[in-house]
Amino acid sequence: MNDEPKKPDLATLAKKAEARELNFFYGAKQALNKITLPIYDKRVTALIGPSGCGKSTFLRCFNRMHDLYPGTRYEGEIRLQPDDVNLLSREVDPIEVRMRLAMVFQKPNPFPKSIFENVAYGLRIRGEKRRTVLMDRVEQALKDAALWNEVKDRLDELATTLSGGQQQRLCIARALACDPELLLFDEPTSALDPIATASIEELIHELREKVTILIVTHNMQQAARVSDFTAYMYLGDLVEFGWTDDVFFRPQKKQTEDYITGRFG
Amino acid sequence: MAASSPEVQIAGRLAYRPSRHLRERFIEAALLGAALVAVATTVGIVFILLRESIAFFREVSIVDFFTDSQWTPLFSDPHFGIWVLLSGTLTSSAIALAVAIPVGTVLAIYLSEFAKARTREIAKPILELLAGIPTIVFGYFALFFVTPLLKNFIPGLPGFNLLSAGLVMGVMIVPYISSISEDAMRAVPMALREGAYAMGATRLQVALHVVVPAAFSGIAAAYILGISRAVGETMIVAVAAGNQPNLTFNPMDQAATITAYIVQVAKGDLPHGSTGYLTIFAAGLTLFVLTLMFNLLGYWLRRRYREEY
Repeated sequence: MNDEPKKPDLATLAKKAEARELNFFYGAKQALNKITLPIYDKRVTALIGPSGCGKSTFLRCFNRMHDLYPGTRYEGEIRLQPDDVNLLSREVDPIEVRMRLAMVFQKPNPFPKSIFENVAYGLRIRGEKRRTVLMDRVEQALKDAALWNEVKDRLDELATTLSGGQQQRLCIARALACDPELLLFDEPTSALDPIATASIEELIHELREKVTILIVTHNMQQAARVSDFTAYMYLGDLVEFGWTDDVFFRPQKKQTEDYITGRFG
Repeated sequence: MAASSPEVQIAGRLAYRPSRHLRERFIEAALLGAALVAVATTVGIVFILLRESIAFFREVSIVDFFTDSQWTPLFSDPHFGIWVLLSGTLTSSAIALAVAIPVGTVLAIYLSEFAKARTREIAKPILELLAGIPTIVFGYFALFFVTPLLKNFIPGLPGFNLLSAGLVMGVMIVPYISSISEDAMRAVPMALREGAYAMGATRLQVALHVVVPAAFSGIAAAYILGISRAVGETMIVAVAAGNQPNLTFNPMDQAATITAYIVQVAKGDLPHGSTGYLTIFAAGLTLFVLTLMFNLLGYWLRRRYREEY
């Protein structure tokens, strides 16, 4: 949580991306209603809300994951900075978007490859072939993900031999290896035990120096611990957005207060 | 525990019910019996194969069996070189697999990763239909359609040849390989694909780098089944490859396979217990050992590449 007594004026903060009047549909069912939300550069923004509120759906709009499934439809914009391009536009190649964003999923999903090849994968599909470059970048990514010391002697082993928490940090390393501009976390600790969760949270805390982070969580304490900003969503609507301590200690809406204090959700 | 103890009286509703357990036992026994039918059949086949083969090898040296370059068991000067038949089996199978493995794999990747749901719904039943065509039909298709067609490109191709039999056999095996491989690929969790897509991978990269390696144990099982089908296939080669025992690995030759030989001889009038009659079992045992080896290989591959999702 951001404990600075005096917070900078929002107008002075740079934005990495901004959703504008974003609607999203699964077939005929509307899952997001006119979401307008800024994502501030080099800050952690948490999305909270009860199950089915659309927070994961919203997150997956950013890297166009919904394109993989038939019958889904976006309306409105997500403007990515500094290009100021609507990344949902039909003219934008979703693969190009995904090259610049990275995502860490709910359940660790390492590829059926070695630890090294998992982290190198993004670089390889971007055409990097030089062994020394791959080696350096993989090492750096594993260090950034606080996994290097545990795996440096077993880089050729299958990634599936790692524990769940290690696998999730491997997925974070895999995401970091390509220097993403925006890192999307979809409930990254929901499948992990409390110790592994703590190490991932610490990692997110450190990463915000380097990269903009958007994290979905159903754990409010987690949102309070790791984020600068919090958005509370309910049934596809954005109910409240603001500095995390404001949302938690001085919520503007009764609905947010009820959710945060545990009276609902 | 004494029946009169207060606990037992109170717990009357929890009392042991023999009728329920008797029924369970009965069902268990019936299921075990059903399973034993398959096991007993296998054991019986192996037993007969071994017994008759031992009788065969009392008359024919096992060294000759593997080194003689002629197979003429019914001639006045009999020779029993199994390689003559084995070469036909291996050549036709190799041609078949050279067709079926690439085509089946590509088809499976297409159906699992690229095809729209609607395309898949139409294509799968058609493929299964292909698997349901009697092999004798494939045999005559090879003999009367594919061979004349090939003659346009390969002058001097004999009317019976391993090439056309092998090619058609390959087509016959495609649905086995594509269907099992596709099932294995579709069983790969979507989360794994999403992970690769989120890195910026294309559809083809996701299919080749992530889905195929993750499904490899199932794909290997499909290949092994395809190999076993090819080695054991009988009617296509019996009809289209010529049934002429011939030690050759040249696809343009005619030759007999182990299966085709067995068909040819088993039809006939060989006296029970004669050496000619016993060749059926020796050839059958060779075939059995061959497919057993491939099945063991498949078992090892499945274990080696099993993915825990």
